[in-house]
Amino acid sequence: MEDGNFLTDDFLRQLIDVGEADILVGLPTHNNAKSAGAIVRTIRDGILRSFPRERAVIINADGGSRDGTRELITELSISDAHPASSLHALRTLHAISTQYANTPHSGVALRTILSAAELLRAKACIMISPDSENISPEWISSLIRPVYYDSFDLVSPTYRRHKFDGLLTTNLLYPMVRALYGVRIREAYMPEFGFSGRLGSHFLGQNQWSNGADENGTELRLTLAAVTGKFRICQTFLGTKDPVERRGADLVPALRQSVGVLFSALEPDFDVWSTMSGSQDVPTTGDDVELLLDPLRINRKRLREMFVSGVAELESVFQSILAPSTLAELKGIAGLGEEKFRYSAELWVKTVYEFAAAYRKSVINRDHIIQALAPLFRGRVFTFVVENRNGSAKDVANNIEGLCLEFERLKPYLLEMWKSKE
Amino acid sequence: MREMIISELSQAVQDLARGFAHYLPRLIVMLVIALAGWLIAYVIQVVLRSILRLVKFDRLAENAGASQLLSKAALPSATEVLSRFAFWLAWLGFLLLGVSVLGILGLQEQTARFFLFLPRLFAAVLILFFGLLAAGFFARAALLAAVNANVPSPRLLSLAVRSIIVVFVLSVVFEELGLAEQTMVVAFGIAFGALMLGLAIAFGIGGRDLARRFLEEKFVRVKKDQDEDELSPL
Repeated sequence: MEDGNFLTDDFLRQLIDVGEADILVGLPTHNNAKSAGAIVRTIRDGILRSFPRERAVIINADGGSRDGTRELITELSISDAHPASSLHALRTLHAISTQYANTPHSGVALRTILSAAELLRAKACIMISPDSENISPEWISSLIRPVYYDSFDLVSPTYRRHKFDGLLTTNLLYPMVRALYGVRIREAYMPEFGFSGRLGSHFLGQNQWSNGADENGTELRLTLAAVTGKFRICQTFLGTKDPVERRGADLVPALRQSVGVLFSALEPDFDVWSTMSGSQDVPTTGDDVELLLDPLRINRKRLREMFVSGVAELESVFQSILAPSTLAELKGIAGLGEEKFRYSAELWVKTVYEFAAAYRKSVINRDHIIQALAPLFRGRVFTFVVENRNGSAKDVANNIEGLCLEFERLKPYLLEMWKSKE
Repeated sequence: MREMIISELSQAVQDLARGFAHYLPRLIVMLVIALAGWLIAYVIQVVLRSILRLVKFDRLAENAGASQLLSKAALPSATEVLSRFAFWLAWLGFLLLGVSVLGILGLQEQTARFFLFLPRLFAAVLILFFGLLAAGFFARAALLAAVNANVPSPRLLSLAVRSIIVVFVLSVVFEELGLAEQTMVVAFGIAFGALMLGLAIAFGIGGRDLARRFLEEKFVRVKKDQDEDELSPL
């Protein structure tokens, strides 16, 4: 059990005032005053509609907001429910807040909330992203119910997303987690999720917090911990997920938080994934994938140009990471015109697996390995966008399924490289 | 007269024989030290080579960029160079120790100076190695950051970073060795200043577009949004 020593005295006092809770909603924030009010009101509505008899608490873990986010959340007490609402709590609904640091760290925020859940002996917990402005009260119910009533330990979300939204998830995270860990979890890197107190305590007790796990991307570690710990996992469809406006430059931090975390987990989890073959569906409520086909502005020319310049400029780096044949193929496609350019699924999977093996062997600095993947990912995105430009939702789903099967087919290739000494 | 010459000659031969008899044990001791020293140095070379291979020193040297320098100079691998260096250093030390046994005054002083110089030599080699390692690391970091930020001429930027660090490291190494300290300080100042001036001119002339783009990205929101994708990676 986590001792909670890192929690502030003030926060511990607030937790003591709460006592015990059945349901805990965690909300990590950093300067989210614009959206936090609406989100907390939605959370409160969701709890009052679906769980009016349960003891519930909303816990805000703040990373040093300067826009009054914390005050805004704690002021939203149960008594100021808007007059139009006919909802009333039969039990206390607390909303408490703590500032864990002066700068935001999603890992520390999650650890704070997990520790609070353990101290309050919460049965069902959910985490809500402060970026989810289109959250509805049904999301709260959908995430809590499987844990509270059906004894699931992890509820992973699925969303209605644009076919080209979350391409790192569809082209790397989902297929690789599925191929290696044998579970078909669509959103392994989860913005929102539900979890049991049992899983929360297990994850806290893994004692990874001092060796970098307090960095960003801890949500993915939690998913992998649930898989390797053989906890009961399910998926639930939440609805439309607004894509957070991200610039292309945000790709490297996204790679660090997701692919970096996945690669680093492969070594301790080797005994689990090396013996796994094939993959299994997880119980899903609603659709596991729903794709939107609206037009989207994508600068394809720039994607290809950045791939081509990356292959040329980083050749010395790739020589340390990739097999000579893979590098030769990449150089070959980099020399092709836009019409003929195609970064095939097989080549992409080999690239990713060789990066994973290089990461394990630390052939160069590990962060540099992750950064070097960015231009290659852009090349893969270009091909994915071109292949699915006019594709229906079914075509895109089939394309992703084909990529997943390629990841599964080439798993022995990863094992072979993993076990080789050099 | 003839007897005197014979007597002087026999005296000289006797002195020579006495002197040789006097030095012979020392000479034998010197040869024994040299031979034992060769053996010990050889063992050091073999052990060091094994350790360096075990810790994959060649890969480290490759990452630091030291391997490229060695291959350009037609030298063997970093592991081989370092183990041979250790062999010669150890054997040279033993040879000088052996020579000092002979009791030749001038040589004894040189031997003492050599042993006093050893720690500085060792420190200089360490500074050089870790300096090259740092240069390789930061040059690669600059290259990756420039490629991912779509900055023009990323290799030039990386080369500039590497050059600055290597010039700095070399100046520190020479200062540590006590070789032409004044010259090195002046040379470093000139080289560093020239490099900075060159970079300033290069960025000034070649980076106008980059500066304009940077300012546009910073202050002209509309232009940036038109160029951006709506893709979200996660």
